[in-house]
Amino acid sequence: MMTKELTAVEELVWERLSMIPDPEIPVITIVELGVVRDVQWDGETLKIFITPTYTGCPAMQLFVAEIQAAMHDQGFDKLEVIHVYSPSWTTDWLSVEAKEKLRKYGIAPPVLKTSEMNPFEEVGNIPCPRCGSENTNLKSQFGATACKSLHTCNDCHEPFEYFKHF
Amino acid sequence: MNNQAALFQYLLQLGDTNLIIGHRLSEMCSRGPMLEEDIALTNFALDHIGQAEVLLHFAGNVENNGRSEDDLSYRRDAEDFMNLKLVEQPNTDFAFVIGRQFLLDVYQCLLYQKLSKSTNDELAGMAARFLKESIYHQRHSAAWIERLGQGTNESLGRMQHALNQLWPYTAEMFVDNPAWANLIESGVVPSATELKKEWYERVSKVLTLSGLNMPKASAEDDSLNQSIYLEQLLAEMQYLPRTYPDAKW
Repeated sequence: MMTKELTAVEELVWERLSMIPDPEIPVITIVELGVVRDVQWDGETLKIFITPTYTGCPAMQLFVAEIQAAMHDQGFDKLEVIHVYSPSWTTDWLSVEAKEKLRKYGIAPPVLKTSEMNPFEEVGNIPCPRCGSENTNLKSQFGATACKSLHTCNDCHEPFEYFKHF
Repeated sequence: MNNQAALFQYLLQLGDTNLIIGHRLSEMCSRGPMLEEDIALTNFALDHIGQAEVLLHFAGNVENNGRSEDDLSYRRDAEDFMNLKLVEQPNTDFAFVIGRQFLLDVYQCLLYQKLSKSTNDELAGMAARFLKESIYHQRHSAAWIERLGQGTNESLGRMQHALNQLWPYTAEMFVDNPAWANLIESGVVPSATELKKEWYERVSKVLTLSGLNMPKASAEDDSLNQSIYLEQLLAEMQYLPRTYPDAKW
């Protein structure tokens, strides 16, 4: 999101957007996730710029519907939700606090910066979000949602999901 | 061909390749060899169809003739599709699905890496996102190549057979369309021939590690025609929107 002086009404919009949880991972909001990029006024029309996480993520339609509902509740009826693709969404935008919320929820937070992603290199073991052990196995790179992979911990013997660095 | 028309064609080629492989993979839904793999292949399909949606939407804007991504997907005939012929090849068996995917994934990783540095910001932003998706695809398909190659004689034989059959269709990945010369020169898109060396190195590394042989290329590989498979695929994919135009649900 862009850093600029916010007007009182823009602050209200951001505050309201910050109350919308991710539909699949309710412990973090769509603002924490970095999906909301900017809020602007074009005359009477409120423009909210969002960026998709994964290109084919089905949650995007839900994001738009939730944003529309929340803004409608605030009385902002002239609304446009606009998709932007550059810069590309990355898990690097997740704050330390958001990552800790994920871990407490039982989802291992992203461990690598995407700038460190090498196409043809393997990723090391992902630490278990419950016991912290690094003695873990990858079960599958693809889980219940596009953004998570499946792992098991060899020490506490629990399965867990990893929010893939992306 | 002016630059606008060339970019439209280039985006169609990228979008069509993703659309067709996405549809092929969707045919695997509920047919994976195990639950995790079923979920993985469906995730792949979702990523590719998502990429197709974004690319064809962009293509429609560039063409500026009022065609949406749906129009481009559902209201064109086989002869107008520009996808790589590799991706229309059918899901003969699981080795074919994995082999086709791996050959494509390595190519898309390298292509998107270069495209993410495009002088066209919009294209660069899209490619940066697609690249990360392709990295995860490639890791997954490479792991399967290794597993099947080092599995039983049956899995090794089937994997090698699939690669041999698919190999002729890989030549097309590295042919530059003369219509895109200006786009390449102005840094909007990379030259396809430049991808070949790295692609070959990566593919040969994984195949060697897996006990598989690199198939032999033939001089005829450059001139393969579109297969009957694309028409069959489109007949199914386009059936609903063509039979009930503008249907909504």
